[in-house]
Amino acid sequence: MLKTRVIPCLDVKDGRVVKGIQFVDLIDAGDPVEAAIAYDAAGADELCFLDITASHEDRGILLDVVTRTAEACFMPLTVGGGVRTVDDIRTLLTAGADKVSINTAAVNDRQFVARAAEKFGEQCIVVAIDAKQVSDEGEQPRWEIFTHGGRKPTGIDALEYAHEVVSLGAGELLLTSMDRDGTKSGFDNALTRAISDAVAVPVIASGGVGNLDHLIDGVREGHASAVLAASIFHFGTYTIGQAKRHMAAAGLAMRLDGVGGAS
Amino acid sequence: MISNVAIIDYGSGNLHSAEKAFARAAREGGTGTTVTLTSDPEVVRKADRIVLPGVGAFADCKSGLLAIDGMEEVLIETVIGAGRPFLGICVGMQLMAERGLEYGETPGFGWIGGDVMRIEPADPMLKVPHMGWNTLDVVNPHPLLEGIPTGPDGLHAYFVHSYHLHTTNAAQCVATTDYGGAVTAMVGRDNMAGTQFHPEKSQTLGLKLIANFMKWAP
Repeated sequence: MLKTRVIPCLDVKDGRVVKGIQFVDLIDAGDPVEAAIAYDAAGADELCFLDITASHEDRGILLDVVTRTAEACFMPLTVGGGVRTVDDIRTLLTAGADKVSINTAAVNDRQFVARAAEKFGEQCIVVAIDAKQVSDEGEQPRWEIFTHGGRKPTGIDALEYAHEVVSLGAGELLLTSMDRDGTKSGFDNALTRAISDAVAVPVIASGGVGNLDHLIDGVREGHASAVLAASIFHFGTYTIGQAKRHMAAAGLAMRLDGVGGAS
Repeated sequence: MISNVAIIDYGSGNLHSAEKAFARAAREGGTGTTVTLTSDPEVVRKADRIVLPGVGAFADCKSGLLAIDGMEEVLIETVIGAGRPFLGICVGMQLMAERGLEYGETPGFGWIGGDVMRIEPADPMLKVPHMGWNTLDVVNPHPLLEGIPTGPDGLHAYFVHSYHLHTTNAAQCVATTDYGGAVTAMVGRDNMAGTQFHPEKSQTLGLKLIANFMKWAP
């Protein structure tokens, strides 16, 4: 049986982790490669790097990080942030990324998704969707796509957009609630469920995790195939093992290889 | 005796991790095996073991391979002719089939009977791609799986695929994985094996399988 994935996400800027890993004694808490190795050892199911480097010219640093991570970690790696062209994708995949996530470039040009999927296969094309609720209370819930870190509305309906990018070849959706991101109040499970039930591809729930029950809710209520979190893991609030055992104890199918505890 | 493993580089991504995983297995196995990432058919011709990775769409991988002058001929010569141990990974495994049906119909090598078809889980709630960690159910025991716990309580392998090799000869199916029905996880015939999952991404299970491949003497 396929297991629910737990994915720690690292924000990387100029080759450095923006919020350093604090749950283990690392020689260099800001080194993404060291962080990746620590998560690999802890039993993470995948790893996600989000590059928030401002300048496109400095992206060579990220490639080096991806290469060194792929050399040290025998686990799947998704890399996103600033991916604009088929060449960007090729470069990341060649460096060692297994999947590449596309965000704004797909909002601006949906056909980019189709070109990428046809070239590299839909399984390695993740479309990242940043959505915010735009309906008022009491109304039928409606979410829109926002870009620029949630600051810029696009007027695009999130559900329609999800349908469209999947039909064009997105193999997975990384869905972030911009309302919940950073709040620690849990995923927007209504949003996750609306999208997950509407598309045939896996949906990764993201944005808002504050405790381990939130991860369970993302799967049970949100119907997510995978859950992504950052700060609860980076700051050592919970370990990956604790998260997976907690989810398994609630009855979810989890991979507990190397995590310890009851399987 | 020093042996050499050639991992074929034909412009399909994800090769660093494959190279590193094989190099690590070679180091830990203490066999003095060298691992070479190559797009040169002559290097492949001299290799003792051959690995064909593959990420992307079937047709694109096939044309990438054909774009290297002489590569397919060398593969046939070494794998079919000389019987050297061969491992196909993901689309590299799918290419062993008779035909791929992703983005049109594309001929494969025809080493394993069957076509590469879209996964159609019986449960419509199951997502495609089949993406993530799943266990293996052995259909025909194989040396590459020696020492690896399989079955529902066994170790997990990492899958990312929307298509699978629908084998027509049951003897060539080594293992399946359960995803709304049996999905082909591994195939084998004589000196050739192929995994739909990514051993180089499958942590303990994957490194063990690679180590087994390095000492495999079919």
